[in-house]
Amino acid sequence: MASIFKPTDEAQVLDAVAWAISAEAPLEVLGRASKRGLGRPFQADHTLDLSGLSGINFYEPEELVLSAKPATPRAEIEVVLAERGQMLAFEPIDTGPLFGLPADQGSIGGTFACNLSGPRRIKMGAARDHLLGFNAVSGRGEAFKSGGRVVKNVTGYDLSKLMTGSFGTLAAVTELTFKVLPAPEKTYTVLLLGLDDGAATRAMAAAMNSVHEVAGAAHLPAGISGRSSVPYVANAGGAITALRLEGFGPSVEQRCRELKDELAGFGAIEELHSRNSVKFWAEVRDAVYLAEPADRLIWRLSVPPSAGQGVVAALAMGRDVEVFYDWSGGLIWLSLPPSDDAEHIAVRAVVAPSGGHATLVRAPANIRAAVPVFQPQPAPLAALSARVKDSFDPRRVLNPGRMVAGI
Amino acid sequence: MLMPKPDSSIIARRAEIIERLRQIVPGEGVIAEQDEMRVYESDGLSAYRQMPMIVVLPEKTEQVAEILAYCHGEGIKVVPRGAGTSLSGGALPLADAVLLGLGKFNRVLDVDFKNRAVVTQPGVTNLGITHAVQHDGFYYAPDPSSQIACSIGGNIAENSGGVHCLKYGLTTNNVLGIEFVTIEGEVMRIGGKHLDSEGYDLLGLMTGSEGLLGVVTEVTVRILKKPSTARALLVGFASSEEAGACVAQVIGAGIIPGGMEMMDNPAINAAEDFVGTGYPRDAAALLIVELDGPEVEVNHLIGRVREVAEANGATSLRVSENEAERDAFWAGRKSAFPAVGRITPDYMCMDGTIPRKMLPEILRRISALSEKHEMRVANVFHAGDGNLHPLILFDANQPGQLETAETFGGDILKACVELGGVLTGEHGVGIEKRDLMGEMFTEVDLNQQQRVKCAFDPKNLLNPGKVFPQLHRCAELGRMHIHKGQMPFPDIPRF
Repeated sequence: MASIFKPTDEAQVLDAVAWAISAEAPLEVLGRASKRGLGRPFQADHTLDLSGLSGINFYEPEELVLSAKPATPRAEIEVVLAERGQMLAFEPIDTGPLFGLPADQGSIGGTFACNLSGPRRIKMGAARDHLLGFNAVSGRGEAFKSGGRVVKNVTGYDLSKLMTGSFGTLAAVTELTFKVLPAPEKTYTVLLLGLDDGAATRAMAAAMNSVHEVAGAAHLPAGISGRSSVPYVANAGGAITALRLEGFGPSVEQRCRELKDELAGFGAIEELHSRNSVKFWAEVRDAVYLAEPADRLIWRLSVPPSAGQGVVAALAMGRDVEVFYDWSGGLIWLSLPPSDDAEHIAVRAVVAPSGGHATLVRAPANIRAAVPVFQPQPAPLAALSARVKDSFDPRRVLNPGRMVAGI
Repeated sequence: MLMPKPDSSIIARRAEIIERLRQIVPGEGVIAEQDEMRVYESDGLSAYRQMPMIVVLPEKTEQVAEILAYCHGEGIKVVPRGAGTSLSGGALPLADAVLLGLGKFNRVLDVDFKNRAVVTQPGVTNLGITHAVQHDGFYYAPDPSSQIACSIGGNIAENSGGVHCLKYGLTTNNVLGIEFVTIEGEVMRIGGKHLDSEGYDLLGLMTGSEGLLGVVTEVTVRILKKPSTARALLVGFASSEEAGACVAQVIGAGIIPGGMEMMDNPAINAAEDFVGTGYPRDAAALLIVELDGPEVEVNHLIGRVREVAEANGATSLRVSENEAERDAFWAGRKSAFPAVGRITPDYMCMDGTIPRKMLPEILRRISALSEKHEMRVANVFHAGDGNLHPLILFDANQPGQLETAETFGGDILKACVELGGVLTGEHGVGIEKRDLMGEMFTEVDLNQQQRVKCAFDPKNLLNPGKVFPQLHRCAELGRMHIHKGQMPFPDIPRF
């Protein structure tokens, strides 16, 4: 009989995991279940539903720290932070739009479990850079903690890094403490119009290498920009390359002027002010441009920024691709027509020389079961990762197969 | 400090081990003479000394792999060492271990401005990376105070911080990739010039693992454009409470300074005696707040920080008007350790972290402990991130003083944990804080960490005796008590 355990405290999480171990019955670990479409599908008769562990434990704006239970809605946390002029600086992705689900359904636990970071990643780091500490129940059925509530901490191994991006395969987290940062007073976006991918890559590199503290660098080729809901972008009539400047008012205004001067050689320039900037970067963050048609397959490629345009050129050869760039060219959102194998061999062969990786973000479950969703690792590294899994969850009762078949 | 009991059967095979290591690293790469090994007998925590069994200085990753595979096969312990500047004894040798020095891995391999990355060997110094890129206006952000000497490989082992990590992050936030060799001799590459490699974040795990998980043989770091402007405020306060409130309100106002340092009265006077750059001698607490970035932003924020400082009762306030003046503000802070060294035969530097708001409380407690132990203390803090460096003043030649200082230091760290903080902010656990780990972690917590170690090093050969107060065999840690068939269905809400 399939059961859904819905604990309301850590002791009950312990009971559920202990039972799963003794019954040799793997558990699917869920927060708010908004990202089940991400990662490998796997079979588990029983569910550990952590949605009863919700709520903010403490929030101390002057300490730049917030602690919450795992199923606390991410959106709720972002509202609380915004009231005090703060934010999650890694700009978590809302996967809702891409999966055809309502926006803002995700939990803070899921956000860290998937380590999905938005455009500000290139300046402020990823989700993994913001988790300070956690409490969890391991797959051994033991409650343990790691880290703390302060940024400067080298006491013991940094298991927060390991937990972030582990898709619930190591432990069921019962509490997370993370760093928050002041939100910018003002956000401007410099738009370069009509650049091809090569020129855009050079422009983004020039911007990133300037002293102007660019906090986002994206490129929407012609055909993608028209899908924006921001009129300046949609009506540009061709490709747009966007560079975000944010911070204190006088600083943003001056940096915007100076950056436009420095990039004048690249051609026509426009700028977006705060309201449109916020809207635009949320679109880039959530890859909304590729959401429709819903049957296309979506990949997320991470490569060295200078390699991005070459990767895209190679992928576009003889293929119906839709693409846009983030992270100064280093993050490629790629949409392919439906196929049986998501063309994974070809996609990964193109990415391989750059040393980067490719993640199959959206595809029907049968394809995600058959094709490696995450970049396959060389055998010694894969073996080491499996031993790390076993050090937390030797009986493989927590989300086994969510990342790699059988593990 | 109790170290693992040396294995006399390994020491008995010393000559044979030397011979094998010389086959792997020919020429001068194996050091076996007592006199020549002497420089390796301690690191930055010089109160502890131990001669290594043998020192080996490979030059290539393949040699590191061969050495480790050999040692693993023979059950020989290995202690990795970078520049030997650890303040926690992370590179302290063992009598029955091979000391593996990475000093010959001293080349910068690739400077890539297009991708804002540098690929380097681990023996290159922290400052050496900045030197390789500063001609184009770039720098490597983490700046431990030993940056002229410490190696980037050691920075990864310790997850080193520095004055500017409040704004720019620690080592872990600035490393993009590494190549490392496991104790079994497998060469692994994780990360690179791209971001956020998938699978478990072994890069994040390796950073700060104190040489217990693997030996780093190549590093890719991100580099940043040097801010166009930096200015500092030097602000005196009549009480540490006011200084602490100022720190909290600056951050509460949404300002993240490049650096925010605090010194107490004994530290102020020691520094002023030493470099004399005009610190207010009567202040109970002194803040240095540095703002960096575009000029217009810096000037704007200087004004806002000034307002906050004045609202919190600043008794003196100066703003640097040029680089010479900014350097002068920093000169006292940067020389605080040697300055204190002049007024005492010995000092011990502690490294706890507390939530910022606890600054006045920890100062009260340190002051009370100072009276209790009848030992003077000077306090230097990275106030912006709550990282404390109390300097305990003592005389090792007086019987019992070293022990008292160690007890005093332990009491300070226990107080840090009580106040919601941690044992070490940037110096590492090493051997120094090893036996205090139980103050912060339960046995279950520590056993889980050691199981992670077992995933990398099942025979526990890599840097044993560091970080963990008790060594357990991996087989023992792996055991599970399973109540097969006896576990009732859990009594929790289900559907």
